[in-house]
Amino acid sequence: MDFSYSEEQQMLQDSVQKFVQRHYDFDSRRKILTSNAGFSNEHWQLFAELGWLTVPFSTDDDGFGGLATDLMVVMEEFGKAMLVEPFLATAVLGGGLVSELGSPEQKADALPSLMSGSLQLASALAETNARYNLASVATTARGDGDHYIVDGAKTLVLNAPAAHRLLVSVRTSGETLDLSGISLLLVDKEAEGVHLQTYATVDGFQAAEVTFENVRVPVAQRLGEEGAALPAIAAVVDRATLAVCAEAIGAMDSLLTKTVEYTKTRRQFGTPIAAFQALQHRMADMFIECQLARSIVMMAAMTLDSDADSRQQQRAVSAAKSRVGRAIRKVGQEAVQLHGGIGITDELDVGHLFKRVTVIETMFGNTDFHTARFSRL
Amino acid sequence: MNAAFTAEELEFQQEVRQFLETEFPADIKNKVDQHIRLVKDDYVRWQKILYNRGWAAPNWPVEHGGTGWTPVQKYIFSSECAMLGAPETVPFGLKMVAPVIFTYGSEEQKQRFLPDILASNVWWCQGYSEPNAGSDLASLKTAAVREGDHYIVNGTKTWNTFGQYADWIFCLVRTDPSAKKQEGISFLLIDMKTPGITLSPIVLIDGQPEVNEVHFQDVRVPVANRVGEENEGWTYAKVLLTHERTNIAGVPHSKVRMGKLRELAANTPDGNGGNMLENPVFAQRLAELEIQILAMEYAELRTLAAVSTGKAPGPESSILKIAGTEAAQHLDELFMQLAAWQSLPYVPEQFEDGFTGTPVGTGAAAVSALEYFNNRKQSIYGGSNEIQKNIICKAVLGL
Repeated sequence: MDFSYSEEQQMLQDSVQKFVQRHYDFDSRRKILTSNAGFSNEHWQLFAELGWLTVPFSTDDDGFGGLATDLMVVMEEFGKAMLVEPFLATAVLGGGLVSELGSPEQKADALPSLMSGSLQLASALAETNARYNLASVATTARGDGDHYIVDGAKTLVLNAPAAHRLLVSVRTSGETLDLSGISLLLVDKEAEGVHLQTYATVDGFQAAEVTFENVRVPVAQRLGEEGAALPAIAAVVDRATLAVCAEAIGAMDSLLTKTVEYTKTRRQFGTPIAAFQALQHRMADMFIECQLARSIVMMAAMTLDSDADSRQQQRAVSAAKSRVGRAIRKVGQEAVQLHGGIGITDELDVGHLFKRVTVIETMFGNTDFHTARFSRL
Repeated sequence: MNAAFTAEELEFQQEVRQFLETEFPADIKNKVDQHIRLVKDDYVRWQKILYNRGWAAPNWPVEHGGTGWTPVQKYIFSSECAMLGAPETVPFGLKMVAPVIFTYGSEEQKQRFLPDILASNVWWCQGYSEPNAGSDLASLKTAAVREGDHYIVNGTKTWNTFGQYADWIFCLVRTDPSAKKQEGISFLLIDMKTPGITLSPIVLIDGQPEVNEVHFQDVRVPVANRVGEENEGWTYAKVLLTHERTNIAGVPHSKVRMGKLRELAANTPDGNGGNMLENPVFAQRLAELEIQILAMEYAELRTLAAVSTGKAPGPESSILKIAGTEAAQHLDELFMQLAAWQSLPYVPEQFEDGFTGTPVGTGAAAVSALEYFNNRKQSIYGGSNEIQKNIICKAVLGL
């Protein structure tokens, strides 16, 4: 039994930490956020050079290895830095779907350019009436010779504005809630009939509502078997869920550190407020939450890397998302409260970390959703 | 022992309801229902309608334009307004500086300032907190040095709400740096147009510049603008802080939101063909919060009953700010949970009046994250919940 990082994982962690120290302080991040693209393409090319974009992919796909524990290492560092580049949307989600379902030709057509930094992806999976149910798909794709005609609407498509291609879950047969009958299509973002309503998310990422009106997609751009895509989609979303859990661990650690530092320097009533035992205990509580959250994320990452069956893996991910969600609420709210008024200003990083972790709690199923899923599995 | 309103109180409730139904502007009500941000003009318009009815200042003495209502009538009035969604009049003039002026001010000051506050002709903002004086407000350092018949004011105030709209500011300033901190503070009224005053907006994490830093550089303030005695300002300010003993738990507002939350849950798909009100876990959370609000309501009524029978408010009154803000924040959490993915798009312009674009998401869901973020301030301002607990420990539990 050994929970320490391997040499490669250590190097990966160092690599991200060095980059963040040199290029990603809070002011630099703010400039990137307010830029047109909402992220830095220069940074993205650097990520490619540093090999980070290969982390989610197996060696079969010329990747770093594809281990969930490797993903956990990088995502935690991204969380501390509040990285806004679309690593999750392109490399983890989009790349993950191509890797799971793509034929060798389809993979060759996408993964090398993704890993070298020239391809951006977005995954259009969620729908307005579906809440968190990936099986609830009303976007239809009806066959028309060697094409599908796609009609429907997807919500919260992360990175859609920058994406070259969209991975879209569509219903090729069955009723809206049927588990079978869902297919995954790779759609050119510039295709006729694809319409984006773009916006930033409350934590500063780029996204869009995407509608499809009579969009013609070649059958050759279907990934995997027709009607059988759901299990793979769910598995990739679970991996992305684990990734944001790891990101949250980093962000929460940062919130705790900053809160401790602040209370040591903020003086009221003639003393640093860190001297008040009531506040010390609350910071101890934050620490407990951070440690339990970290522990359960390690459990989930290791389970995904083991030969545990799909049910055990889903259970592990839901346990992590549920527990991390609870920790997020506690650590986030306490960090803001202990900073007083400045905790909710745009100027200080604490408020931004708080927003990011709050969004993470909402993504891919909130705490109640995952607690219920864990309970059912 | 009973919690019922008397026949006269019920009649009064009807009178208030009828007034609100006919006089509360439909366009403002629409804005409130659609989560559209109110602007200064909306608040002024509503206060003037109340003013014309003689109802702008329920907490003022009748001689200055107050209503002469009993505590129960005041409670009924503010509850009915909250239930309809009528915005609370911005408190700085009516509820904060005016009581200090009519209690401690000179006749000249009362005549000069009170009528314009009542009619919403003049807007006020507050100059209390400083970057280094938050919970420890008495440690404030903004200085007012006497020079003939003026004070020269230098310093910085922060968390100043709506200063960008205000005509005047009331400030706690240090007039005696050598005295014990609470004993060297004076209460000054300052015209915002006085040379030397500048505002820096502070943007909050919901993207809105709701508050400001106010900088004073060699600002000349007539001594005639000081309320009461020099170095007695802290006493006057403390009176303010204890002035409002009811309606600080925000119960009517929380009850209204609870109703809207329930309605929204019934109309929110659960992703499996049903709705979120049918989800047993969510339904349980709604019930728990509703029960908590009911308990708060009766705590508030206990306080009201004591005050209206001439007794001092009991120890239960010290919990109201804490319980009230926690319930309000809990409501924010549930709205955001209900919205799920729909809480995430940031399209603030869709909450501005006159927006003609395509909104992303609908009303309560679309605004839920921003409200959750912004309302974290409730447990921080007005005497943080930590300070409130200190008061409970000292004043009630004798610790």
